[in-house]
Amino acid sequence: MTAPLHEPTAEAAPSPAEEAAAVSAGTKAVQGRSLGRIAWERLKRDKLALTGGIVVLALIVISLLAPVITSLVGQDPDVYHEDLIDPLFGTPTGSLGGISADHLLGVEPVNGRDIFARILYGARISLLVGFLSAVVAVILGTVLGILAGFFGGWVDSVISRVMDGLLAFPQLLFIIALVSVMPNEMLGLTGTSVRVFVMILVIGFFGWPYIGRVVRGQTLSLREREYVEAARSLGAGQLYILFKELLPNLVAPIIVYTTMMIPTNILTEAALSFLGVGVKPPTASWGQMLSSAIDYYDSDPMYMVVPGVAIFITVLAFNLFGDGVRDALDPKGSR
Amino acid sequence: MLAYLIRRLFAAAVMLVVIILVVFGIFFLVPKWAGVDIATSFVGKQADPAAVEAVRVKLGLNDPIYAQVWEFFKGIFAGRTYAAGGDVTHCAAPCFGYSFRTEQAIWPVLTDRFPVTLGLALGAAVLWLIFGVAAGVLSALKRGSLWDRGAMVIALSGVSLPIYFTGMIALSVFAFSLKWFDAEYVPLSENFGSWFGGMILPWITLAFLYAAMYARITRATMLEILGEDYIRTARAKGLREQTVIGKHAMRSTMTPILTMLGMDLGALIGGAVLTESTFNLPGLGREVLTAIKTQDLPIILGVVLITSLAVLIANLVVDILYAVIDPRVRLA
Repeated sequence: MTAPLHEPTAEAAPSPAEEAAAVSAGTKAVQGRSLGRIAWERLKRDKLALTGGIVVLALIVISLLAPVITSLVGQDPDVYHEDLIDPLFGTPTGSLGGISADHLLGVEPVNGRDIFARILYGARISLLVGFLSAVVAVILGTVLGILAGFFGGWVDSVISRVMDGLLAFPQLLFIIALVSVMPNEMLGLTGTSVRVFVMILVIGFFGWPYIGRVVRGQTLSLREREYVEAARSLGAGQLYILFKELLPNLVAPIIVYTTMMIPTNILTEAALSFLGVGVKPPTASWGQMLSSAIDYYDSDPMYMVVPGVAIFITVLAFNLFGDGVRDALDPKGSR
Repeated sequence: MLAYLIRRLFAAAVMLVVIILVVFGIFFLVPKWAGVDIATSFVGKQADPAAVEAVRVKLGLNDPIYAQVWEFFKGIFAGRTYAAGGDVTHCAAPCFGYSFRTEQAIWPVLTDRFPVTLGLALGAAVLWLIFGVAAGVLSALKRGSLWDRGAMVIALSGVSLPIYFTGMIALSVFAFSLKWFDAEYVPLSENFGSWFGGMILPWITLAFLYAAMYARITRATMLEILGEDYIRTARAKGLREQTVIGKHAMRSTMTPILTMLGMDLGALIGGAVLTESTFNLPGLGREVLTAIKTQDLPIILGVVLITSLAVLIANLVVDILYAVIDPRVRLA
């Protein structure tokens, strides 16, 4: 490979250096690119998805550090600032809902609590419920879906009927009903933590059939593959095949559905708090801020815009990221 | 086809019974487990024990749960009689019992609230089907174009906005600032024009969310189908593009859309809780929300029953349409 570079060639053949690079890239691709690696390469090129991912990360950091950030700006979500409220109308004095250097996003009508601090604390509830209810749904959905798909027969019939039934249920109504009949004290939890716990359980419970159906379908097709047969002929037990052979191949669809489920769950939590059956005041949550803002939509529109935009940005970021993850992991890779 | 129909009908009936049992379970067993007495929630906490006991006897709350469920079923089809000593109330069929709070019979409340919700759901469905599906198909056909990107950005934003927030913005801008529409609900029976005017904002708000969802699904499905072999075959036969898209591709695209429509419409008819609360519409959703907050069991049971019935009927209609569109279903 020492041909002089200036030597004319009959066809526009790639230069040796290029050729070598292509060959080595090719072998690398064959050797070391796992599905996760390929997906990450694709995800890195997707600007929108990356932006979504960064916003999601930022939101997680912000909500973890909420007490630190609020004390840095010198605000507390539960302190009243009645001096900032117009005594006649009950709305904040000053423009745009009382936005000032002290109160970055203004104050609430009537009691004058700092909206910035309440938004930060509200983020904790939204993200906590969004993530953990997705975890509940994923665990239930994966276990039951894999069992239904793998064992078939009556196990499959029972689990599938339950999934069909849950999907045909008027879900929001049942979630509202269940959340509201749950006791206010259980398992040693009280107050806000019990509401959060109940929401996580109930939202997660109604979410599992979506994952369960996908996992069941995938398991049905995977269990007939040669490698499962190979494992079986080598004497592998049922559990080994389930968890060592099938589960790793189900990771991609599970990740996709989990990322798509989180924003839905965040919206459900906000809706429950908006309807007054979620987190109870004075604990801050975005949905509950919106529900009190509904009385001020004409006199103090900023009060509804701030939590509304907070929900919007969060859910949009998760959706962008989720779409990107789906495209990256989609074997067809065409969409 | 007939066997398919009968099978679906049977499944729907079983489902309805299961739902009633679950609702009973939720509202009778969970409070019991949590140590709350339903009879006290009926009479009030400070009532004397004799009055509470009388209520318990009259409502049959001392009976075993299966007897209570049976009485409830019987009431719907044959009416039932509540009796405690000399205190006798007869409730004619269809009897869903009486509200714990207002002591009104449930059935008239349901028939009063139902048209509001039905009007909301149907009006919005027409809007979102037209705009959602059209936007999705156009996006798929002009994939990667400015239109496609714009439409998909709007659609993604649409599914990321909570409906009550969109509703509040709509109220604030169009009803309060610009004064284009009224934010007042007027029953259809009173005045068609005022009813229509009052429903425009709720319809648009509700339809915006669903149109966004439908546009995304339609686009994805359409793109998948345009890659299928039979589309290539149709083109290779020399069919006009109009026929390929309009007849061949649209038919397959509509099947998942129909399934979604059945579920969504059913769920909405059973109570568009969020939309009704935002726009203060006196529909089933608002009614049941109040009932849930005050633990007014008979109303909750009634609404949930209507909802489930609506979902089941909508799914049934979809299943039938499905069999008409897609011949493979009939054979399954």
